[in-house]
Amino acid sequence: MIDFEYHAPTSLDQVFDLLDKYGDDSRVMAGGTALVIQMKQRLSQPGHVIGMRRVGSLNAIESTPEGLRIGALCTQRQIENSELVGKEVPLVADTFRKVATPRIRNMATIGGGLVNGDPNQDPPPSLIALGASAVMTSKSGDRVVLLEEFFIDYYETDVQPGEILTNVMVPHAPAGSGSVYLKFLPRTADDYGTVNVAAVVSKEQDGTCKDVRIVLGAAGVTPIRAKDAEDALRGKPLTDENIRAAAVLVKDAVDPLEDFRGSADYKTDMAEVFARRAVEQAMAAIPAGS
Amino acid sequence: MNLKVRLKINGADHELDIPARRLLVDCIRYDIGLTGTKESCSVGVCGACAVLVDGEMYASCITLAAAVDGAEITTIEGIAENGNLHPVQQAFIDHGGFQCGICTPGQVIAAKSLLEENPTPTEDEIKEYMMGNLCRCTGYYGILNSIAAAAETINKASGSGE
Repeated sequence: MIDFEYHAPTSLDQVFDLLDKYGDDSRVMAGGTALVIQMKQRLSQPGHVIGMRRVGSLNAIESTPEGLRIGALCTQRQIENSELVGKEVPLVADTFRKVATPRIRNMATIGGGLVNGDPNQDPPPSLIALGASAVMTSKSGDRVVLLEEFFIDYYETDVQPGEILTNVMVPHAPAGSGSVYLKFLPRTADDYGTVNVAAVVSKEQDGTCKDVRIVLGAAGVTPIRAKDAEDALRGKPLTDENIRAAAVLVKDAVDPLEDFRGSADYKTDMAEVFARRAVEQAMAAIPAGS
Repeated sequence: MNLKVRLKINGADHELDIPARRLLVDCIRYDIGLTGTKESCSVGVCGACAVLVDGEMYASCITLAAAVDGAEITTIEGIAENGNLHPVQQAFIDHGGFQCGICTPGQVIAAKSLLEENPTPTEDEIKEYMMGNLCRCTGYYGILNSIAAAAETINKASGSGE
């Protein structure tokens, strides 16, 4: 690892001053599970590392009228084990439980993971399917961006110079909706998924699809929302036939990278299969009587 | 660039003057001289380097020592009490929980961390918690048996078991 200067600010104001001073030559570190590996492999060679561990204010999970506010420095394990998260947005708790291993989840934070912008990660598809947004804070105040629009390209996000991701807002799941996160793991339990799919489905009294969100991870350079597949289902009866037809459209939405988990063609096929299963299982998870 | 880092390791205070890039595993092994903690994969996957940082299991191979300045660290050398092996250590000896031993310090730390969080884990819960600790010798059954036995010992001793 190339050596650097380590900074341990204790407030956001100090973080902003350091960002002003060192700009592109600095990297912000939360849990460090991604950044330290990138630095060891010399993929990232910052002259200054700004450690967030002593900035004490961003590790709370709070219920607000708009939904849950999750501090960017909450560890993934804290979110997975939070009673509040389990009660209000169980999809989020279930998804974090599928990240890597308990040890990594003890260290890695929700904010650090999102800002890292790795398209294979588990939380983004579920958070996007729930309509979550990122709150970025700079000296000039807060800026809120839907996570759906947060991921720009491979390891590239909408965080601007001078900004820090401070909170993630997760709206309440729509009443009468069911949700699921599926991670296709043919290798080992702690691996990244070969493809990942989150689905949130709600239906009308007569069984037609009121709304649906289908979001894929590990299926392109960013998380991908399969809007054509959603449009094909919305307002239609949630029959096997309609779900199958919609899942086929997912293949046109994805553009997976080939790697040791499979060829691009294989992952494209699996995206269809897992999107179909995700919609079926989310539908089955709709509470009875809704 | 060097900086001062204070760590309490197995109850002993250390003040170190180390480069910012010093990893916790190297700090523990080479600056402090406690070589029980092993490094294997170097990317946080295999679990050999597991230590407790303020009671939470961490991968010390991807933790900067500077980032945990002020923390209390527990390594494999720090879990025996008054000269008696920790029940997890004794169970690994009694139930074939290791062969070559390289992964063992990490396995024991992880198992201790599991049992502190969940004193009566099911087999599935043990597997789920321990999935990030790889072993190429035992086939894992010895490890699972050791942890189940350690849980029983601990619960008997604390009177919370059957």
